Parts: sequence; C-alpha cells; structure tokens
Amino acid sequence: MIEIDGLTKRYGDKTAVDGLSFVVEPGVVTGFLGPNGAGKSTTMRMIAGLDRPDSGTVRVNGKHYPEAPAPMAELGILLDARSVHPGLSARNNLLALARTAGIGRRRVDEVIELAGLAEVAGTRAGGFSLGMGQRLGVAAALLGQPQTVVLDEPVNGLDPDGVRWIRELLKSLAAEGRTVLVSSHLMSEMAQTATQLVVLGRGKLITEASVEDFVAHAAGTGVLVRTPEPVRLGQLLAAPGITVINDGTDLLRVSGTTAEQIGAAAWRAHLPVFELTPTHASLEEAFMQVTQDSIEYHAGATR
Amino acid sequence: MSAVTRPGLAPAQGAPAPAPMTPTPIAPATVAGPVTQVRVIRAEWTKLQALRSTRWCTLVAAVLIVGLGAAIAGSGTPYKISAGNTAASGVSVALIGVLFAQLVIGVVGVLSFSGEYGTGMIRATLAVVPARLPVLWAKVIVLVGLVLPVTMLCAFADFFAAAAIESSRGGSVLSLTDPGVLRTVVGSSLYLTVVVVIGLALGALFRRTAAGLSVFAAVFFVIPVSVGALPQNIRGFAPYLPSNAGGALWGSPLGTAHALSPWTGFACLCGYAVVLTALAAWQLRRRDA
Repeated sequence: MIEIDGLTKRYGDKTAVDGLSFVVEPGVVTGFLGPNGAGKSTTMRMIAGLDRPDSGTVRVNGKHYPEAPAPMAELGILLDARSVHPGLSARNNLLALARTAGIGRRRVDEVIELAGLAEVAGTRAGGFSLGMGQRLGVAAALLGQPQTVVLDEPVNGLDPDGVRWIRELLKSLAAEGRTVLVSSHLMSEMAQTATQLVVLGRGKLITEASVEDFVAHAAGTGVLVRTPEPVRLGQLLAAPGITVINDGTDLLRVSGTTAEQIGAAAWRAHLPVFELTPTHASLEEAFMQVTQDSIEYHAGATR
Repeated sequence: MSAVTRPGLAPAQGAPAPAPMTPTPIAPATVAGPVTQVRVIRAEWTKLQALRSTRWCTLVAAVLIVGLGAAIAGSGTPYKISAGNTAASGVSVALIGVLFAQLVIGVVGVLSFSGEYGTGMIRATLAVVPARLPVLWAKVIVLVGLVLPVTMLCAFADFFAAAAIESSRGGSVLSLTDPGVLRTVVGSSLYLTVVVVIGLALGALFRRTAAGLSVFAAVFFVIPVSVGALPQNIRGFAPYLPSNAGGALWGSPLGTAHALSPWTGFACLCGYAVVLTALAAWQLRRRDA
C-alpha cells in the first residue's frame, strides 16, 4: 500500500507536485496518469525516497520508506530515466543491488530469466537497446520480491511481446496481493491492465477512481438515438441527471440513462426509434477531457 | 494458475505454487533481507571489481610506480648516500611514480561516485539503500581495501627493484633499516590511500566526473607546481597543500621548503580527507538524488 498525504515538491520557482494526496491499494493494478510534466515521475521519486518532499508524507506499506529495515522487501521501482551502469553487465548490475539485501545469485538468475535477458546477461548494459534497458530495469524492480512495485513507463520501448509480458506481470503481481502503481502514456495499454486510476494534472490530483467509473463519467459514454421525432423524444427524456444533445438532425445523444429505459419510454409515448446504440468513451477520450486544462506542453498548431 | 506462475514473483527458493487470490492480501513472500553495512560493502565491491576503469587504473598506477622507479634507478649517476643525500631521500626519488599514480588513483576515487551520478545508477543504488550513508562508507572501505594493498605491494616492489638496480650499478646499498626508509615506502602507499578517499569525496560533492577530476587535478598537481612561481611572502600556505602535507610522509620530490614533519603532514592530509568526506556525507543525506 502507498499512502500519499499532502505531498508538495518545488524545484526553484516551479511547483512539480502540489498538495497531492491519494492511496494505492494492494491487490489491484493502479494506473498513474497525467500529461507530461504533471508530476508523476517526481511523485515516484519521492515514493522511493530519492527526492525529499518540501511538505507532506509518503508511506510505503505503512512505513516511512527510507527507514525501512529491508527496503528491497518493501518496494521495487523502475524509474523512467535509465538507472543502470553501462559499464557493468546486466548480471552485475542486478547482483550489486541484490547484495545490499543479501539476495543470492539464484534469485538474480531467476529475474534475468523472467525478464528474457538470459542471452545478454553477461554483456555490458551500455550496449542495450531501450527495450533491453527497460527489461533490465523491471528485473531490478522485481529482485527483492517487494510488496509494492512502482513502474514508470514500463512498456516504453518494448516490443509487442514485451508489452504483453508487462501486462501479464502486473496482473499477476496484483493477484499475489502486491501493490502495483504503473504510469504509462499508452491509454489503450492502461485500459487493458489497470483497474484503478490516479490522474494528475499540473502536480495536483484530478481524480482517483476505478477505470470503469472514470470512463462512465466521460462525455461520449451514453446512448445514441435516431428518431424522426428528436424534439419530442428529447423533451420526454429530459430529467435531472440526464443530458440530451440534439444537433438538429435526427440524432440524439443521451447520457445518464440506459438504452432500455429510452426504448421503453419511446414505446410508451408511441415515438418511433430507428436506432438505439449504447456508446462508450475510450479511456483516452476520458483522459483527454479531464486533463485538457492541465496540459503543460501543448503541441503547436499544425498548419 | 499458469498465468500467475509465468511472469510472477512467486518462485521463491523452490517455493510452493502461488497462493490463490484472497480478498484480504497478506504480505507476500520475499527473498530480500535487511540492509547491513557488510552487505552494502559487498555490493560496492561487486561494482568496483567489475568495472574496466578500475582494472585499467590499477594497472597503470602499478606500472607508473614500479616502472618509473626502476627507470630512474637505472639512469643517470648512481645514487650515493652522503650528508645531504640520505637513504630515505634516495628512496623518495625512486618513488617518483607516485606523483603520477596519484592522478590515476584520483580518477578511481572520483569515478566511484561521479560514475554513478553520470549514468543514473545512483538512483538504483540509493533506492535500495535509502539510508544512503552506508553507500558512502562502503565506497570508502572498498576503495581503501583496493588501493592500500595494491599500492603497498607496488611501493615495496619499487623499493626492492630500485635498490637492486642502484647497487648493481655501483650506487649505495639502500636498506629498509636505514633511517626513514621504511616510513617512506609505507608512507607512499598510505598517501595514495588517503588520496583515493579525497577523490571519492570530490566525486560525491561535485557529482560530475569532469568537475571532480578538474578540482582534483588542480589541487594535487596544478597548484603545487605553480605555487613555486609565487613571491616568497605569500607562499606560506604551500606546506599545507594536501599533496605537500601528505608528501612530507614519503619525501615527495615535489615537496616544498619548510615542509611539515612527516606524521604532522600526513595527519593534515587525513584531516582534509575527513572534512571532505563529512561534507560529502552531509550533502548525500540532504540533496535529492
């Protein structure tokens, strides 16, 4: 479990993380989302005790991480920037970390195998591709069989096989009762892997919800209705909590109710309905809606 | 079930099949034990001995110490002990390679930290040892553990080689029992050992290899050499420069007039190392990694 309370971090004039509070529960995969510069990586560094918060607290499995007697049993972390020594082989990189916790060579070989690095374990990590480096970083995070795993952009640079490996890995870690916090820019990947979400924008918490709720509340989730009587049906459906949008054609976009209820209401009022289609916003659409105001770096307008 | 066993963490020490999912997660099995100073020392040794730079620098330092000493003993007029030329100063001249070896040793020290900051490995290192200070102590210990025996061996090898060459060429017989000779030989190794610690502290303080090495080279090479060009009356600090203070112990041929006494000078050098290491420790605790 990760408990973050009132976390704030400034770098000079810039506030990277601003009064952030959220909880990451064990047993599920929690996605950590936000536009570039939202403060995800900074938060992850503070979880690992690498950056010191200006105020607020982070607790990993109920403890203040830097004081944990066996840190590798508590937390395994993959940071976005490379954190391996290019002059050391993959095996020696892992061994150097393992030794600090008395972890033996057997476990090192095990994670090398797990990460698909067996063939390159003896070569210097400096020659690794981005994907290989990612695999090595994930292997390092898993070394101590930690109770909490934090991965920053783990699928970055991975081939399709690697992406699937990460997906299965995260799910199995959660199924073992571990706490899993993972950031990614690939929304489709997140939608397949995560069940909980923490969304940041400009260092602040935008929302903390299950993927299901997050998507359900996004515009675009609702029912598409085609009827020759759009005005009358619209008036009929209008109620608190239900929005009906009619763009002047024979199409109505209704949210806040179900296709069944709309169909039944139309039938009772003797209004013909030609089409009744439930629609779902994608996680990406939902994400874009909530983070629009907090995007730090907009792409320039295309001409 | 198979989905769990393949990518998961479960296979611990021939462990049983992974536990089925339970609504209240219990702490999963782990192989990770507590961080101890001894373990961190082993970890640092794993890195140090596997790095190519360590092997090359150690080899180059050994060649410089022994090779230059033998070359000097084998050239010029053979060394004769007299009123102005003690046996100890003859040995100091044979140890002239130490002046060059110290730069290479300094590189090993600086790189020990700056190499980790430069590559980003420091984040992995400090994430698994979040108390941080054990990493600094471990680096000090493994560097001392490497440099002290290696340079001690080189210093004695250099002494015996130089003494043999001198006497074969008709020079005086240099003996370890002559006054100050043993101190000079052992002292050159002690000097280099403290130098590597200073290099380490500079690497930790500056974090960048270029900055750490520049400062190191300036303090140990450029300033001591150029101080001779200064007017007499403002040259009073010269004996307290680290290389001159430490050089007093082994009679560095670059040493100054009015040098400190051998052990006072060495204590002064150690003082610099302690202060710099303390600063490095303070900064390591405080600054973001």
